[in-house]
Amino acid sequence: MSETRFTEQHEWVRVEDGEATVGITKFAAEQLGDVVFVELPETGRKIGAGGEAAVVESVKAASEVYAPVGGEVTSANAALADDPATVNADPEGEGWFFKLKLADAGEFAKLMTKDQYDAFVKGL
Amino acid sequence: MADTSQTLRETPLHALHVELGGKMVPFAGYDMPVQYPAGILKEHLHTREKAGLFDVSHMGQRFLVGPDHETTARALERVTPGDFLTLRHGRMRYSLLLNESGGIVDDLMVTRSPSPADDGALGLIVNASGRGIDDDFIRARLPANVKLVTADDRGLLALQGPRAQAVLETHCPKAAGLSFMTATGAEFDGIDCAVSRSGYTGEDGFEISMPAEHAETVARTLLRHPDVMPIGLGARDSLRLEAGLCLYGHDIDETTDPVSADLVWTIAKRRKMDRDFPAAGKIMDLIFNGAATKRVGIRPDGRAPAREGCAIADKAGRVIGRITSGGFGPSLNAPVAQGYVETGFAGDGGEIDLMVRGKAMAARVVPMPFVPHRYRRAI
Repeated sequence: MSETRFTEQHEWVRVEDGEATVGITKFAAEQLGDVVFVELPETGRKIGAGGEAAVVESVKAASEVYAPVGGEVTSANAALADDPATVNADPEGEGWFFKLKLADAGEFAKLMTKDQYDAFVKGL
Repeated sequence: MADTSQTLRETPLHALHVELGGKMVPFAGYDMPVQYPAGILKEHLHTREKAGLFDVSHMGQRFLVGPDHETTARALERVTPGDFLTLRHGRMRYSLLLNESGGIVDDLMVTRSPSPADDGALGLIVNASGRGIDDDFIRARLPANVKLVTADDRGLLALQGPRAQAVLETHCPKAAGLSFMTATGAEFDGIDCAVSRSGYTGEDGFEISMPAEHAETVARTLLRHPDVMPIGLGARDSLRLEAGLCLYGHDIDETTDPVSADLVWTIAKRRKMDRDFPAAGKIMDLIFNGAATKRVGIRPDGRAPAREGCAIADKAGRVIGRITSGGFGPSLNAPVAQGYVETGFAGDGGEIDLMVRGKAMAARVVPMPFVPHRYRRAI
């Protein structure tokens, strides 16, 4: 059983068995345009909720990616180094950025549901 | 930079950009497309492979008008280091507006009409950001018998890429006869235009100026060709960066001079001999004795782009310069940048570090252009 939640900074986070997978939303990927470089966190790094975790660069600009929930990084999507365009092609699937061992399930519960996020994007 | 508190200006192609799905952003006071649905990478690569159509109507089209060629050319030479006295009919030249301390006020294109009947007039194309600023600067330095006339009622399109000639000549046969940096008056499907073989992508191509009311017709006609794709500001920037060309306000500005900017070639021999261009004493001294810094091309070793403002350090960690424009070069499939470094580090192959997000990233000083120019020069 997994559930996906969203942030106002346009990250998504999916939690399954206490492990959180993080990426950027389809809306964010469209706004950025062609992604040409992704900098990912090292395994073992501890990041607090809202902390800078990764960087995504399009042709035009660099953007920070924040950890929606706190925890210890368990893995990063190495495939993005060779093919950063995966972020545009499948942002909420194959284009995931990193995984965390969820420190506090309460942080996850405070994030937006899909419906809430869709309404949030509509209001932008 | 863009001021969003004011109403943005629109070019004659604004409605077309919106219709084509352009992502509109404020740029130098204009609402301009940064990209179309194809995206910057595809737009960039398409221009190098086939042909891209750019709306550059935001750039300032002006005429300097005096009683005869010599008077007008000498008036322009008061504010530039170029030789316009000997500029031949139908030829154009890249130049710099220089202030009294040798700083670069703007860069511009200067064109002399092919027709002797137009003698006394020189066409100028200045940056969008330079409209107004340049007008005041130039007017304050003109003799009474030479006037600066704005032509804001005109549109300007650029068609760039290896297929540009084949596409354009079907509507404008005279275009095929032009070589790089030459210009002519010509009809495009019966519309009076001024056409030049020029551009800012490093590719062969043309710039077409026409009355604003005809701009959309010309653009739509060109876009009907399967080889032509509309190109936004994003790809325009990555194309010019790969071509090693300067972007005003970033790579050159009033704090940079032609020597440190590596634009000494814009200073004509006669002007050097006569030492009669703005800040000639200071600039000649820089030519002979060297400038403290120099604009260079930079290739990061890794994949991370280094952006404008990024510090450049030597291998011991001492800051020796700064990136002035940097990003990703789609044709190279690698990051590229331009920046200024202390002259001692400006030699090709020099190893440097770029301080990206607090980390030193290895990079190398390389010759520009990053992607070879493919201009159609006269034989």
